[in-house]
Amino acid sequence: MTGLWNSLAALLAGDGQADRVVPPTGYTARLTVFTAGAMAFLAVFALALALATGRLADRWSSELARTATVRISAPEGQMDAQARAVLEVLRTTPGIRASRRLDDAEQRALLEPWFGPDLPLDNLPIPQLIEVTEDANGPDIEGLRLRLAAEAPGAVFDDHTRWRRPLVEAAGRLRALAAFAIGLIALSTAAMITLAANSALAANATVISVLRLVGARDTYIARAFVRRFTIRAFAGASFGTAVALAAVLFLPEAAQEGAFLTGLGFQGWHWVIPALIPVLAAMVAFLATRRAAFRTLRGVS
Amino acid sequence: MIELENAAFSYGGGDILTELNLRLAPGSFHFLTGPSGSGKTTLLRLAYLQLAPSAGNVRIFGNEVGSMTRDQVAATRQRIGIVHQDCQFLDHLDVAENIALPLKVSGRDAVAEQANLSELLSWVGLANQKDALPPQLSGGERQRAALARAIIMSPDVIIADEPTGNIDWEMALRLLHLLTELNRMGKTILIATHDLNLIRNAKAQVSARVLRIHNRRLQLAGADL
Repeated sequence: MTGLWNSLAALLAGDGQADRVVPPTGYTARLTVFTAGAMAFLAVFALALALATGRLADRWSSELARTATVRISAPEGQMDAQARAVLEVLRTTPGIRASRRLDDAEQRALLEPWFGPDLPLDNLPIPQLIEVTEDANGPDIEGLRLRLAAEAPGAVFDDHTRWRRPLVEAAGRLRALAAFAIGLIALSTAAMITLAANSALAANATVISVLRLVGARDTYIARAFVRRFTIRAFAGASFGTAVALAAVLFLPEAAQEGAFLTGLGFQGWHWVIPALIPVLAAMVAFLATRRAAFRTLRGVS
Repeated sequence: MIELENAAFSYGGGDILTELNLRLAPGSFHFLTGPSGSGKTTLLRLAYLQLAPSAGNVRIFGNEVGSMTRDQVAATRQRIGIVHQDCQFLDHLDVAENIALPLKVSGRDAVAEQANLSELLSWVGLANQKDALPPQLSGGERQRAALARAIIMSPDVIIADEPTGNIDWEMALRLLHLLTELNRMGKTILIATHDLNLIRNAKAQVSARVLRIHNRRLQLAGADL
């Protein structure tokens, strides 16, 4: 661990002479920069997806969690009496901020997407709906259900759990998938940089052998490679992140109807998070190259 | 300084060298001779830790080779100057940078050592070639540059593997003169060569022991040398 920190400190301090000892290898440099850039670009979008689905899950969760519906199915003659009883129960229940009986026009509007505008509501046994708004604490659901059963046998309290749970679960899974994608991107970056580093180490086998011969320690030799690949990964990832952020910035404005698709961006302080991607790419490159370098050096006497 | 005690080296199941006993005392001058393929380079590689013995002991500056860490090996090599037949330069660095390489890798300030470097370049006659790249040097210049790199850290021991193999006789004598001069300064010298004329010439200048590898074993050469 101390060796790792010493390597990191030496990396930040820099050593122009050590860098010069190892000749630059053109295609591994380009491969590293390109890989880091492309992976950072993808990581920004995966991050945006993770954050957007997180926001969506929170919004669905909070919006649906604070509302509930009481549905009353009762014979024509008892509907009003049971509705009044329900409203009274709700009024006297702690945790309920407001309750309101939906009028015919509102109920018709709810059914209109399925049955059209000419629905003869008067001729159909449509249940009466009561919209309930909860306060921050919410009611004792089981107690409320028992009271409703006693006062209005046709009333069913629906706290939206069966709607909310799958939506929130779906959003949560999307977020987990996005996080998994970020993990895969990090692993792919590490694999590509390891390949490039191994290629550079193989191309410089003679240099490494001469350096060992004149008394260079493994850390000295590794540092020249590690520093180079870390800087390349940081530069490539910075470019990829900047391009991806510009692309996100110029996505169409979020509209209510398509908020999920068009809301795939960053909000508020979340814009700072992508700035960590080049740093993480540099760390991945640092660890991958260091591991590859020491593994190669173990084979050099 | 360098001691081999019943050391052996095997490769692919066959013995390359066996029952090696050698002690390089401080300030001594040794030649190692033998036909091509007899194992001279292998013995030198055992002496500068590029190979580990398959049996017996090799001690360098009092430390058992088998128990050294890689960092200790590196630190030990900083006390041994090595001249290879093919010189082993980094072709993208100029002559001065190649010679200063041991300073750089040991963490010493190459800029602060600039005066020493200039002096050394003059001593080996390469002051005018210091900015040249290794492929631009002649065979003799390369060998002298390799010698300069081997001694820039002021090592206790200098090991040279066929240092005159690729150069003409005049240049070989010049190189030998530099090595005998270093020996007079107190450096321990071990040279592998099959050039008997070089050995005879050296013996006229310094007190040198000649060792020969025969039948995979090390023995003192006869009086004819």
